Amino acid sequence: MIEITARYFAAFRERAGRDTERVTTQARTAAELYDELARRHGFADSLARCKVAVNDELADWNVTLTAGDEVLFFPPVAGG
Amino acid sequence: MSFKITSAVIDPVARKRELTQSASGACVTFEGWVRNHNDADMDVRGRATQGAVADGEAVQALEYEAHASIAEKEGARIIAEARERFAIAAAHCEHRVGKLGIGDCAVWVGVSAAHRGAAFDACRYIIDETKARVPIWKKEHYASGVSSWVNCATKVAG
Repeated sequence: MIEITARYFAAFRERAGRDTERVTTQARTAAELYDELARRHGFADSLARCKVAVNDELADWNVTLTAGDEVLFFPPVAGG
Repeated sequence: MSFKITSAVIDPVARKRELTQSASGACVTFEGWVRNHNDADMDVRGRATQGAVADGEAVQALEYEAHASIAEKEGARIIAEARERFAIAAAHCEHRVGKLGIGDCAVWVGVSAAHRGAAFDACRYIIDETKARVPIWKKEHYASGVSSWVNCATKVAG
């Protein structure tokens, strides 16, 4: 188990009712953590349409998480 | 060459002036404006997609949110890619955050080049990639009183 900080944006933040939380998890990758948190909070967007950043850099969903990481979950973007 | 997230009104005249170079014979600019109806079922290339919940619904205002530092880094990558792919002299993109009204300029792209072909192509590339990749989110506030995050299947509870 590792402890990380999850941060949520836009629709994810409003759905979760918070912009940040500490999470103790067995997830090894960002993708596994998204699955866990999507179930917990009711996020309905598929992984393929979302993005993740780890410690303020865009990352691959397969990135391995480390204790203390800050993991940012971005719902589908809609600029323009 | 730059990409900026801003809460201030975009000044197209000032931004365009910054693109001026004596070797440039073409300038192409694009402005994205807030329109008065929902069109969330169109993808980045204007093709219809499935899943719109409010197609055609009257929009009163928009709210844009961004992760500014990551947005500006990804935007700078897009500008650099445009410079590699097309023979352009200068390029700039600016995107608003915060609450905007109908007709407001939400995004501005400007490109200068020796010739018009590269300027048109690069301008199109920058706006298309920005819409597809940069962490910016749009919330539509409808005349009916409800609001919705565009493109998102995740709905706010209650």
